[in-house]
Amino acid sequence: MKTEQLKTMRDAFIEGVCQKMNKNRSIFFLSADFGAPALDKIRNNFKERFINVGIAEQNLINIAAGLALEGFTSYAYAIAPFITMRAYEQIRQNLSISSQIKPVNVNLIGVGAGLSYDLSGPSHHCLEDISIMRLLPNFMIFSPSDWKLAKHFVNFSINVKTPKYLRFDGRPLPPIYKKINNKILEKGFSELSKGKKVCLVSTGFMTHLALKVAKEIQNVGVIDIFLLKPVKENLLFEQLKKYEYLITLEEGFINNGGLDSLISKILRDHQSDIRVKNFGFNDKHIFEVGDRSYLHRLNKLDEGSIIKTIKGRIKN
Amino acid sequence: MPKNMPNINELKKKSLWVRKETLKIYKITSDIRLASSLSPVEIFVALYYGKILKYNSKNTQWEERDRFIISKPHGAVSLYPILADLGFFDKKELKNVGQNGSILGGIPDLTVPGLETINGALGHGLGVACGIALGLKKKKSNSRVFVLSGDGELYEGAVWEAIMFASQHHLNNLILIVDNNKISMLDFCKNIIDITPLEEKFKVFKWKVKTVNGHNIEEVYKSLKELKAEKSNCPKVLIANTVKGKGVAELEKDVLCHIRVLKENEIINAIKRLNED
Repeated sequence: MKTEQLKTMRDAFIEGVCQKMNKNRSIFFLSADFGAPALDKIRNNFKERFINVGIAEQNLINIAAGLALEGFTSYAYAIAPFITMRAYEQIRQNLSISSQIKPVNVNLIGVGAGLSYDLSGPSHHCLEDISIMRLLPNFMIFSPSDWKLAKHFVNFSINVKTPKYLRFDGRPLPPIYKKINNKILEKGFSELSKGKKVCLVSTGFMTHLALKVAKEIQNVGVIDIFLLKPVKENLLFEQLKKYEYLITLEEGFINNGGLDSLISKILRDHQSDIRVKNFGFNDKHIFEVGDRSYLHRLNKLDEGSIIKTIKGRIKN
Repeated sequence: MPKNMPNINELKKKSLWVRKETLKIYKITSDIRLASSLSPVEIFVALYYGKILKYNSKNTQWEERDRFIISKPHGAVSLYPILADLGFFDKKELKNVGQNGSILGGIPDLTVPGLETINGALGHGLGVACGIALGLKKKKSNSRVFVLSGDGELYEGAVWEAIMFASQHHLNNLILIVDNNKISMLDFCKNIIDITPLEEKFKVFKWKVKTVNGHNIEEVYKSLKELKAEKSNCPKVLIANTVKGKGVAELEKDVLCHIRVLKENEIINAIKRLNED
């Protein structure tokens, strides 16, 4: 992969929003004192519609909600664990509950999903967001694996008038998708690699790891799930049922409502006997210091551990 | 006398009527916050019957309406009779509050015609109102945003995030009314966290402040009228000094009036006493 293709999801997405703001006067971009290279253009070009609310995530959500009630499309931008967890009640009351009665188009952009902020420690790790955001009715959760998906989501974010949580990885990553169209986006998942018996089911950053594993071991499938809510469950099951063994991969706490729960629920509903192994973090915070791959190794979420599991427990 | 000054006696009568109607609702369901709903009665009456608020009961989404965000909706059950009287919904609904299938619950929310938002969890209304005020300015609208908040509600940190935001962004189309009844659920606010001097607090946050006796309908009306017309570039707050449980002696004298349950005969007597006023 060429290094020049490395890009952060937030830059790709914000560039797209910036373009839209030129013509679409009803877009507001709010930040809780959090920046991005691509954001400088919005800050300079749209001084009236870019607002830094300060380090105040609760108010960030409330202002965004108020603007949305007046018919504006608003983007609320902050670090993922803070925008979701600091302001959870604001999100619940003014976005999730309100949007059941009135259109509320607020797009929460959370940067730093999973262990993106590896060195910053457990306060900055974001391992709960999938579970807690999936709980909220009327929400859409977008968890892209590359910047191309993120970029394509811009139109979607304007046109679909519901509250959304966009969980973006914090690091520049290579693209995975070659071509994206609305059909792919609306489906919410994509089988990136076809396998025989085993399939890795992943979201966000972990899809990169899944693809590495699939390169190492032949006949391992990879399904990237980027719309974690709503999920086209029947359609997804059609894809899953071709396999005998599924491995879910997420940078989040497992057995607590994340991607693993989403898959188990679908299998249960279809009375499926497909076996599943969940990879993620166990029920404890991570204080160990180190980079992402080191922390993955410590928690047996690295490529080697996944390959070992596939080889040891499954006969292809 | 200001132009189009409403008849103050009529407003006084309306306030009395609203208190009686609120007690009648309480008789149907005691699962409402009666004492909190009695302190802002004159505020509601001035806003609606004094025509401070621009509204259209037949078109609740009328673009030119003033937005009224009730950040302490527990205390807004007394708004039900007003909204019914003004045609937002059928008066018959008042006999149904809190009953299975009713459109009117114990805490008014945005499903009730005339209400803009849901605010059962405290401390959100002012922030959302700031977003609305910003949006209205962007649309070059003349509509104003009124917010009703409790004084105990000011303990919530998010309120202060909004207070700072409002002055920074010169939201002069925003008018906060603090129903300053000085009692929270379990005690006098001064015994929990004393938020006085409230006026000074708002002043240093660069708000225009006015304080009134919240049960003097003439004062409340005139102050709201004045704040609405005021041209400075800062947000405005009316601190309305009120009495929690106003109009019901048993509640007025009880610091625990928020959770005090009135007996049937106490409700009947309270209505009777109000009839004699």
